[in-house]
Amino acid sequence: MILTYTSETPPLSSSARPRPFPRLSRHNRCVIELSDAGLYCPAGGFHIDPWAPVDRAIITHAHSDHARPGSRTYLTAQPGHSLLRARLADDAASIESIPYGHRVTLGDVTVSLHPSGHILGAAQIRIEHAGQVWVVSGDYKLAPDPTCQPFEPLRCDAFVTESTFALPIYRWPSEAAIAAEINAWWIANRDANRASMLFAYPLGKAQRILSMVDATIGPIVAHGAVEKYSAIYRAHGIALPAMWQPLPGSQPTPGALVLAPPSAMSSPWLKRFGVISRAMASGWMRIRGARRRRSLDRGFVLSDHADWPALLSVINETRAETVWVTHGYRAQLARWLEEQGRRVGTLDVQFEAEESEGAEAEGEQ
Amino acid sequence: MKLFAELYAALDQTTKTNGKIAALTRYLSQAPAEDAAWAVSFLIGRRPKRLLESRKLAEWAIAEAAVPDWLFGECYHAVGDFAETIALLLPPAETSSPLPLHEWVEERLLPMRDSPDDVRRAQLVSAWREMDEGQRFAWNKLITGEFRVGVSQSLVVRAIAETSGVSAETIAHRLMGEWQPTPDFWRRLIAADSSDADISRPYPFCLAYPLEGAVEDLGDPREWQVEWKWDGIRAQLIRRQFRTFLWSRGEELITERFPELEALGALLPEGTAIDGEVMPWKDAAPLPFAQMQRRIGRKVLGPKILAEVPVALIAYDLLEFRGEDVRERPLSWRREQLESIAPPNSALVLSPIVPSTDWAELTRLRQESRTRKVEGFMLKRLDSPYRVGRRRGDWWKWKIEPYSVDAVLIYAQPGNGRRASLFTDYTFGVWDEGKLVPFAKAYSGLSDEEIREVDSFVRHNTVEKFGPVRHVKPELVFELAFEGIQRSSRHRSGIAVRFPRMARWRKDKTAEQADSIDTIRALLPSQV
Repeated sequence: MILTYTSETPPLSSSARPRPFPRLSRHNRCVIELSDAGLYCPAGGFHIDPWAPVDRAIITHAHSDHARPGSRTYLTAQPGHSLLRARLADDAASIESIPYGHRVTLGDVTVSLHPSGHILGAAQIRIEHAGQVWVVSGDYKLAPDPTCQPFEPLRCDAFVTESTFALPIYRWPSEAAIAAEINAWWIANRDANRASMLFAYPLGKAQRILSMVDATIGPIVAHGAVEKYSAIYRAHGIALPAMWQPLPGSQPTPGALVLAPPSAMSSPWLKRFGVISRAMASGWMRIRGARRRRSLDRGFVLSDHADWPALLSVINETRAETVWVTHGYRAQLARWLEEQGRRVGTLDVQFEAEESEGAEAEGEQ
Repeated sequence: MKLFAELYAALDQTTKTNGKIAALTRYLSQAPAEDAAWAVSFLIGRRPKRLLESRKLAEWAIAEAAVPDWLFGECYHAVGDFAETIALLLPPAETSSPLPLHEWVEERLLPMRDSPDDVRRAQLVSAWREMDEGQRFAWNKLITGEFRVGVSQSLVVRAIAETSGVSAETIAHRLMGEWQPTPDFWRRLIAADSSDADISRPYPFCLAYPLEGAVEDLGDPREWQVEWKWDGIRAQLIRRQFRTFLWSRGEELITERFPELEALGALLPEGTAIDGEVMPWKDAAPLPFAQMQRRIGRKVLGPKILAEVPVALIAYDLLEFRGEDVRERPLSWRREQLESIAPPNSALVLSPIVPSTDWAELTRLRQESRTRKVEGFMLKRLDSPYRVGRRRGDWWKWKIEPYSVDAVLIYAQPGNGRRASLFTDYTFGVWDEGKLVPFAKAYSGLSDEEIREVDSFVRHNTVEKFGPVRHVKPELVFELAFEGIQRSSRHRSGIAVRFPRMARWRKDKTAEQADSIDTIRALLPSQV
């Protein structure tokens, strides 16, 4: 078994008599363990979001650090099917999908996928084995988002949670407040004849922004990466405002809102827009330093991850006996939970959010 | 406080100079004189005397935010700014304060200094509860005294000039010296009338950029005054109404620390201002700057230290002559008058002029800089006025090439402010009998892109963690540049260097190819 426990703190706090840990009860076999390729369920014979090619992969969502090419078969939630196809960029990849809540049997376990509220088609993976329920959260958020199904709270015995923003400084403002900020910024730029260059992750974040802004303010221009995923969202019946695609050598469009991946930040692609105001939409924008070192004019605090209060409330509602913490502020969340008297372990996964702000910021290449 | 917090946010939200000036002008024309005076005082970096120890501020914030100490520490590492961390951690704001800035400062902030702890704490917590998040942040900044918002003093000066219609030079001058942020001061600052009264007030310093391009491009060397570039404390000595004032470039009044120079003042004619460099000076030659450091820290200067490390003012320029501001006169004229008033055999040493007929000859002479204990040359156009601030064209510093050494990155820790939660502060090692010994710390010199690359390396190659410090696999080699080198018993390598920074990332070198401590020891000046 390759589970690792947080080394910074003793595995159990407060209880009167120290117990050996992990104390696996009669049924509490490890349904999920860590293999070289990622999170693995031996009883079901599948990996979840593997970072190396495997026989059978269940994919929580189509972001690049969770959906990697090369596996023999993929299983994902139905609304995410086309996004996964586009991500893998492989027409031949064997992708199966099942509706949310639909139960399938794999080996000795029963698997179902449930909305995680992260992006279109994102799922928590519920695994039932010998009376034990494990839930792997993938990435999740509680904040409202008209472009995907809302997070579904699940009960489980063991909960594997992300921890991207697991510090109490991360508290998200309301969507309405952020929408108002973006619209006001756009109007001010339009009136000053500037383009509003908004950097955002092109899958999920960009579509959420499109659903929030007031499209009557001016034209909206999309980078190719944004348009690619937006088309898939539209095909799923999600209404998004119309967008222009900039032609090479075309006239600048002052007054436009331009949605581009963060990777375009230093690319010559920006030149065609003339005078611009640069902004980014990301949870990292909660901190001034993260905005200032990118020389951005504005930062909008908009994340597709759970903030600190949301992480804690989700974890509480699962009523899980054991919490496993993956990518993000892992040690910090584990220690906090332990001090609240929970049984906690950490899993060293190779998802990009790993305690850095790299993942969300890098975007698509 | 509302307007002021908005100003802070606006300054923080634009990277463009014009945007910042517009925000400042908007604020200064709206704010009452009482507020404008305080705002200017904070914006140019003046701070009230320490109001509260950071430790207490943290303790009370932690209690109010209901987080454990360790979690506050983790948050601080992620944010990299103390005032901001607290503002982000406090319970969500429920209201916003309508009180103006000066009331907050005069009635709430300043009285805190002399109150007992329980009163201070109650004051602080109630202040937080009256404010919104942006106001709390600005308020915390006022308390911690780290009020930097990415505006330079010259930017503030330009904005005041634009608001008032008074020239930027006059505003810069009026902001020098000692003043209290009163409404009266603000009115005098922006008044058209220019009869100013403060007798201690220094002139803004003129600063030079490093020479760009070839020295020959400067034209005829005979049009230039060439001086050695001394490495001491840049200062301005003022004699007015039988009193002497010595100002540092950081606008600190340092007269009392240099009794020799206070005495020198009495030898100068009434109405004199001299720009120069305070140097440890003995037997007509400079002492190492480290000797000066022995003096700087002391409150009381005994006869022993005064005898061991006497100072002189190396006089560069004359700004005021017989009570008249002569900065617009040509340098050659100012130098002539400076020579005429220099008291013989005193603590005033005229900065020697190096004969300049031939750039090639000067280039050769510049190589002697290190043995002469100077940093190279200063080049000043003979017909130049004495300008305000850092300007291109008339004055250049022509420094010698720095020392350079190839060293290996061994420790990294996150930076502050805009570099928070990025690994930007590095410790470098050099080889000593098969082991890497820490040799210098450096924070600057890399591009943003390189910083990201190193940051990612650090995250993936951590060998050990000590709090925020990462011990990394010794793999990356950097060329470090530095200005001076000295023996030091306080450093593990036995060596201390001055102004180390990263000159280049040597991706072509492996760790084994980095320099050894012996190579560096060879750079040490021979022991006297």
